[in-house]
Amino acid sequence: MLKDITLGQYFPGNSVVHRLDPRAKLILTFIYIIALFLASGFLTYAVMLAWLVLAVSLSRIPLRMFLKGLRPLLFIVILTGLLNVFYTDGRVLAQWWIFRITLEGLLMAVRMIMRILMLVTGTFLLTYTTSPLQLTDALERLLGPLKRIRVPVHELAMMMTIALRFIPTLIEEADKIMNAQRARGADFDSGNIIRRARALVPLLVPLFVSAFRRAEDLAVAMESRCYHGGEGRTRMRVLAFRAADAAILAAFLAISAGVGVLGVVGF
Amino acid sequence: MVGKREFLDAVISFEGVSFAYGDGARVLDDVSMAVLSGEFIAVVGRNGSGKSTLARHCNGILLPDDGRVLVGGMDTADKEHLLDVRQTVGMVFQNPDNQIVASVVEEDVAFALENLGVPPGEIRHRVDAALRAVDMYDYREHAPHRLSGGQKQRVAIAGVIAMAPRALVLDEPTAMLDPQGRREVLEIVRRLCREEGVAVILITHHMSEAALCDRVVVMDQGRVAAEGSPREIFSDRQWRETGLAVPQAVALLELLRLGGMDIPYGSLTVEECADAIYQALGQGA
Repeated sequence: MLKDITLGQYFPGNSVVHRLDPRAKLILTFIYIIALFLASGFLTYAVMLAWLVLAVSLSRIPLRMFLKGLRPLLFIVILTGLLNVFYTDGRVLAQWWIFRITLEGLLMAVRMIMRILMLVTGTFLLTYTTSPLQLTDALERLLGPLKRIRVPVHELAMMMTIALRFIPTLIEEADKIMNAQRARGADFDSGNIIRRARALVPLLVPLFVSAFRRAEDLAVAMESRCYHGGEGRTRMRVLAFRAADAAILAAFLAISAGVGVLGVVGF
Repeated sequence: MVGKREFLDAVISFEGVSFAYGDGARVLDDVSMAVLSGEFIAVVGRNGSGKSTLARHCNGILLPDDGRVLVGGMDTADKEHLLDVRQTVGMVFQNPDNQIVASVVEEDVAFALENLGVPPGEIRHRVDAALRAVDMYDYREHAPHRLSGGQKQRVAIAGVIAMAPRALVLDEPTAMLDPQGRREVLEIVRRLCREEGVAVILITHHMSEAALCDRVVVMDQGRVAAEGSPREIFSDRQWRETGLAVPQAVALLELLRLGGMDIPYGSLTVEECADAIYQALGQGA
């Protein structure tokens, strides 16, 4: 159960998408999301979809990985679709009791569903092709200027690095504790939601205690290795923003601007 | 007492160090000792004898209440030299999971060098060298949580020796490992000591590990209870009174003596033990 968590999952590879500078990828994803919200008509959606399909196929990550990631969202997607179908006014196509299906409603539903699916697939593409380490690195660099207004950028990035490092360790430990509690008759799998949530208490308490102990140990180990904050720190891997990264970023920016303008007009 | 000339060579020296935690109980009581360049020392003692507290004084994680600790001539209480002190004395802890910072092996080994502001090219070079020194180069791109305990501990050692320390303090590094992992770690540590001339302070519960060292320091109630070569320490009758176990070979000979065999003191390793028994049997025949 716990091993299914796919947070920050990364599929190593050497495709064009993988090799793109992580900062460029972060910015691209950000622009992509904005453009997706500005898109409104058939034309703009088609352009965005073309980009997404191109990027996904270039990443050489099997399509089923994306489908697997989308599965938990099925309920939200269907709900969004239904709400839009029934609650949009316009030309009535069919009517039954209090339910009415309108042409506008159908179109709106398709649009919303596409928007959600494309949004999630796009962000999956980012985490699937970028190692967590590169992502935190990119975030630290991009947010660097905020240090001037005293935002603890380095500390935030370090927190993310450590969190990502300890997720598998803590999952393993949670599994171990669960098995130990099961061996003594604990029941995690039956009953309603409230009962199941209550059953998790004897799991969470030891997990928290151990996490704090680990934190203390890690702090001492980090200090022993001369950690003293972000000041004067260097990195082994230096991110290199190449001409190709800039070119792709510029091209995407231009197209997104086009999508934005057309989308606002209504295409 | 250690002579003056030896103090000049000392990587770490404790001068009358006393220390108490917040609750007032004295954990270290007037400890004086020196660790010389390239020396392999084992620190043994019961739980609560002050071994780990002693270790944490070696690189300024804890500071003495009384007396002082010198690392390469620098006082650990001197804030200006703190990074130099920590670079000179590397520290490896018991739980390998809790000392690995990054989610890629080589990134973790680079951590200390990044903190010290070493240029990227040189970091790469030193990380590769450190990983080779612990035989983990082939695993440099692996995720730490997928490694065995012994491998994780070797990564932790690599992360410390990348700083090129003069001394390595290991606080029960094999306590959580299986026999295979224990062997791996000990072999690496001994090699570092012999070939790279790194002084090693090994805190351990395993007397078979202590038997491999140049010198054994026995801690009891915050004091250095005894100090000497493993041969001296484990043959000493006083030893039995400290309530600590002895290496299995020594224990066997002791039992044989009790049983009436005439076996001289001073055998330590399995081979020596076998020889001693062989000779005793020869005399009897």
